[in-house]
Amino acid sequence: MELTYSEKYRALQTEVRAFISKHGHLSPKQGGGRQKPSRKALEWQKLLLEHGYFARNIPKDYGGFGLPLDVLELAVIATEIGKANVYPGIMNQGISMLVPTLLEVGTKEQCARWIEPTIRGEVIWCQGYSEPGSGSDLAAVKTKAEVENGHFVINGQKIWKNSAHYSDMMFLLCRTEPDEPKHKGLSYLLVPMTATGIEVRPLVTMTGRATFNETFFTNVRVPINQIVMGRGDGWHVANVTLKYERLLLGDANRLSSRLVRIRELMERTTLDGLRIMDIPEYRDRLLRLQGEVMASKYHGLRLLTEQTRGEDSGIRRLIVKYNGTMIGYRLSSLAVDVLGAAGLVYDAMDEAAETDEATAWHIDNMYDIGLMIGGGSTNIQKNIISERGLGLPREPKAVVPPARF
Amino acid sequence: MEFALSEEQKMLEASLRGFLSDRLPMERRRAIASAGTGHDQEIWTDLVAQGIGGLAVPERHGGAGLGVLDAAVAAESLGYHAVPGPFAACLVMSPLAFQASGTEAQQEEWLPRIAAGEARVAVGFASPIGQTGMAKLAFDGKRLSGRVQSVLDGGGATHVLVYLADDLPALAAVDAEGVRATLLPSLDRTRPLLDVTFEDAPAVILNAANDPLTARTRVLDAGRVMLAADTLGAAQSMFDQAVAFAKERVQFGRVIGSFQGVKHTLADLVTVLEPCRALVWFAAYAQDAVPDEARLAALQAKAHLDDVGREVARLATEVHGGMGFTDLQGLHYWFKRIDSNRQLLGTPERCRHEAAVVQGWIST
Repeated sequence: MELTYSEKYRALQTEVRAFISKHGHLSPKQGGGRQKPSRKALEWQKLLLEHGYFARNIPKDYGGFGLPLDVLELAVIATEIGKANVYPGIMNQGISMLVPTLLEVGTKEQCARWIEPTIRGEVIWCQGYSEPGSGSDLAAVKTKAEVENGHFVINGQKIWKNSAHYSDMMFLLCRTEPDEPKHKGLSYLLVPMTATGIEVRPLVTMTGRATFNETFFTNVRVPINQIVMGRGDGWHVANVTLKYERLLLGDANRLSSRLVRIRELMERTTLDGLRIMDIPEYRDRLLRLQGEVMASKYHGLRLLTEQTRGEDSGIRRLIVKYNGTMIGYRLSSLAVDVLGAAGLVYDAMDEAAETDEATAWHIDNMYDIGLMIGGGSTNIQKNIISERGLGLPREPKAVVPPARF
Repeated sequence: MEFALSEEQKMLEASLRGFLSDRLPMERRRAIASAGTGHDQEIWTDLVAQGIGGLAVPERHGGAGLGVLDAAVAAESLGYHAVPGPFAACLVMSPLAFQASGTEAQQEEWLPRIAAGEARVAVGFASPIGQTGMAKLAFDGKRLSGRVQSVLDGGGATHVLVYLADDLPALAAVDAEGVRATLLPSLDRTRPLLDVTFEDAPAVILNAANDPLTARTRVLDAGRVMLAADTLGAAQSMFDQAVAFAKERVQFGRVIGSFQGVKHTLADLVTVLEPCRALVWFAAYAQDAVPDEARLAALQAKAHLDDVGREVARLATEVHGGMGFTDLQGLHYWFKRIDSNRQLLGTPERCRHEAAVVQGWIST
């Protein structure tokens, strides 16, 4: 164990701190990610990119900072930015999922065309995976694309796409090889949301807001080179993407900063004249969660060390999404309970929804359930953990009920 | 930045585990536990030969001069094998107490004997640490009177070190005149507790610490980290046994590990158990290297492992079905060890309360 940083990292720490004290006032407010980035966010993003505090390891040709991957550098930057409570940069499905996917399996041309505008926050992507009949069983997607005159012609329906209403592009999983077995018949296409034949209908979620969408495809044409890898490789590409999504969802820095916000909330909120912090039942819940957050945080450091050494973390990585989303939900549940009856004024459609503390916590609390479901639901995570991680046998083959006519 | 065990720590772990899985099959554990002595001279001699006697004793006093993290690695292994015999108090808390509070002469006299496995010093508290039970002692400068229950590592103890109400530790020999030490038929038969009554018993005080409360707290927190590490090992063992059982046991024509009810239970457990290891490592490391976070980490490690340990203990037993409930399967040795660790040196509720005070979230 050696938890102090060497000279190189301390220098980076100093550099990031100086950056924050000079430019920190330009940072947009935390939160969001459920809206299109504001002008302020885009300008902040530009600053981060210029200094290498975002997209640090993405090649310069693609708009990144071009340094080789050093996970400790990333940890130093994330920690300093987290401590100063400034905006860590735009996080959306294009940046966190599509970009690493293109870097891993995309062509040079695709990388050159899409990565830079995506990391600058100028091109917004949405994910086209789930369908009404295909959620956890993702490989069963039915949306199909047929080749015709150098184009894919897409027909079908996608659902749950966060942010489709303001997205510029979609990464789409669809069936191009209907005669191949389930997992081998899929392809991964990049589709402009402005294409003729795409209709986006808002889908109101449990939060009361239309942050999700249904998207309908009627003879939508995209050039044949808009495919990532080849025809039939879609399942492989989609799994590369999901791997990045799951790591994003278990981030311990996010949990730590949430814990700090709840502690402050408990110190300034009163119940029958007592500070909530002075009421043992509430305090014990906070402290229990602190124990869980600490365990996740040090677990994260352990994974970081394994990653720097190129070691396989195995089951230790597989548990991250499930563990992180579960703790996140319990944290927001505590916040909601601390706010109590006074926190029940809720107008999610209001402009101020994201700035009203109680409304934001209630939205987060419900959204946390969405995070447990999205990116491979908790029940799917448990299958992965037990089958791949613990070596338990798979479920016996499914028995589909016979058609009744 | 390296958040990992060192090669030496991995070797310590591998050699202890190899040794214990060879030398401590279930029949042996059962035999020692049934005797109720909490001590077996042969196992003890062998463990001391493996070097655990002097882990926390400085080299100049005949030990290995290692840190709390090394001791936690050992504690996890001992918990994993539910080893009958003393460790946390005898080999970690008492040597730390001598270093924190003993004079040079007292250290010179006692530490080499501890490292050699000759002096086995049980530890008890008559000062408040969030533990129930009778604890009342009076010391007149030479002689000790009163009673302390729930003294840790009673099995085979030659001496007992008790923290008085003013935070100073007093040392008495178990066989001295006026000392009546009774080994209790404890829930955890692998590590029975000691009930000690003193009637004008001769005792020496360790009074060389500048700040006795800080010295006592350091010993107490190191003990809490050891119990957390022991629970981690015990819970990991129960979990591993449950996974192995789920892969073998057949019901309804399938191994039960293919049922989602069982699979998901095991996935739930590993998801909360695995991050505990990093927490215990950090808490142990912090005792020596991160003074600002040492108290919080010890308290949270103890409280969190108590809670996770209980969950693992219950569900790992349930996965075994009726067999889990039998003495034959022997899971109960780990179950009881986890429960005992929870009640000792401050329950989770008490530790979390103290953690709130330590962080200044509340005043007392």
